[in-house]
Amino acid sequence: MTINACVSVQGLSKSYGDVRALQNIDFIINPGEIVALLGTNGAGKTTFINSLLGRVKYDSGSVKVFGKAPGHLDARRRTGTVLQSTKMPNTLTIKEHIELFSSYYLNPLPLESVLEKANLVGLEQRRFDALSGGQQQRLFFALAICGQPELVFLDEPTVGLDVNSRRDFWNCIRQLSAEGCAVLLTTHYLEEADVLADRISLLNNGSISMEGTPEQIKSHLGGKRIRFRSPHKPEDFNTLPDVSQSRQRGDYIELQSTHAEHTLKHLLNREAKITDLTVTEVSLEDAFIHLTEESPTTPYQEAV
Amino acid sequence: MSQSFTFNQRLRLFSLETQSEFLKVIRMPAFALPSLAFPLMFYVFFGLIFNRGGMSGQMPAYLMATYGVFGIIGPALFSFGVNIAVEKDHGWLALKQASPMPISAYFVSKILTAMMFALIITMALFSLAAIFGDVRLSRSEWAMTLLVLLLGVLPFCTLGLWLGLQLKAQAAPAVVNLLYLPMAFLSGLWIPIDYFPDFLQKAANLLPAFHLAQLTLKVQSLDIGQSWMIHLAALAAMTAIFLALATRAFHRISNN
Repeated sequence: MTINACVSVQGLSKSYGDVRALQNIDFIINPGEIVALLGTNGAGKTTFINSLLGRVKYDSGSVKVFGKAPGHLDARRRTGTVLQSTKMPNTLTIKEHIELFSSYYLNPLPLESVLEKANLVGLEQRRFDALSGGQQQRLFFALAICGQPELVFLDEPTVGLDVNSRRDFWNCIRQLSAEGCAVLLTTHYLEEADVLADRISLLNNGSISMEGTPEQIKSHLGGKRIRFRSPHKPEDFNTLPDVSQSRQRGDYIELQSTHAEHTLKHLLNREAKITDLTVTEVSLEDAFIHLTEESPTTPYQEAV
Repeated sequence: MSQSFTFNQRLRLFSLETQSEFLKVIRMPAFALPSLAFPLMFYVFFGLIFNRGGMSGQMPAYLMATYGVFGIIGPALFSFGVNIAVEKDHGWLALKQASPMPISAYFVSKILTAMMFALIITMALFSLAAIFGDVRLSRSEWAMTLLVLLLGVLPFCTLGLWLGLQLKAQAAPAVVNLLYLPMAFLSGLWIPIDYFPDFLQKAANLLPAFHLAQLTLKVQSLDIGQSWMIHLAALAAMTAIFLALATRAFHRISNN
């Protein structure tokens, strides 16, 4: 039991009727670290965040945020939050929104530094409805950090953003972490967890099926997907080096490879009748299917 | 770590919250214009132009009171009913609850905003009535009418709060209008209740707007003659019921 942990969760369970949303979750966030909670839609990420915010009554277990019950005023004063797919009142400006939220905290940052940290300088007179998706999301980020929190919850903060906006947002998170703020980030983008997190917890059907550094997780889940058309059957490619899985999807054959360059070299040497070849990152959904098919009963546990 | 706000910080929080709420609402012309203009427009038509001589010349004074009630109910019902439904569905309320904002600030700011709208509407009605309708009241009667109307927003704030927490954002404006307009008519806000058939007059006792209208009219002794205590008790009871229902709905949405 770490006394100074920002968040400590033990044996947390929550059911909605027959659906077990969270099952026996142990979880810790230490000061200053970025922890990513990675999971598909419906894995229980939002239920978990809501339990930490005191917005969900959990069935059993213990949850402490800065040593207090979730939702306690002292806990709320030390945390900032970005919730999923929120919209704020359209008719107020960035400046008005930030000033209002700053007034909720005991020692808020000056407006200028909030704008700077959220990369919103020069936009303070813009109304919410005149902002791009990325700017709106950075305004939510600004509201989360304006009170100088020690911990920030970000529930899928970059869903629906284009690549550049996502990068901008990542920079804001990195800067925040460099200043010593702990971050809990939920996401279903493997790449996002990879570039940002010190630690990743994999949430699968309501329980944490894997924990570790990005390197540890990726070596288990990761790799590339090689996709092409071929007259052959998927099974014929199983013998290629580093192929962990092969299957037919529509007209295409899909191989999952832990070392794509190596696999490709052998594939192209061996097989001439290949068309429409593409190589992409394995999506988390694919990785999950892979993971659950591979070991449905005994989840892999990485020692941390 | 149990620091607390100084008085000035708390004052700043509440005034910023109220200011934001007011700006938010006034910048929505689709809301602000009708809720300010309709009561005044109706009053000009029905109180000053058409029925001027009705009720032995007292029509302008009578309708000033009832359109005052009509005018203050709108912002209270909409600001609570519709805005809370929208903010709930947009996750904005959830984000505010996750922040250290005292929940009282959220409600106080909305009540004060409804009262500011009530003040604007009432003052405009008073001016029209005094200048064009020759309504002559004593200073204490003007003041009392204003006070009743300002405090009169409270039952409708709690009714709106309950509706807003229950309803989906898209349904809220329609439901609020379906409640607001028939209630206004059946409470005698557009046509004096004295002209209604007996059973409708009796049925009006179930409507909060009727009791508020009677209280407002009582200031000028134009009411139908029930005791002010009945009206006040009815309004207090309805406020308490709506508040209890709203509290239940609030706990349901914030803790499931």
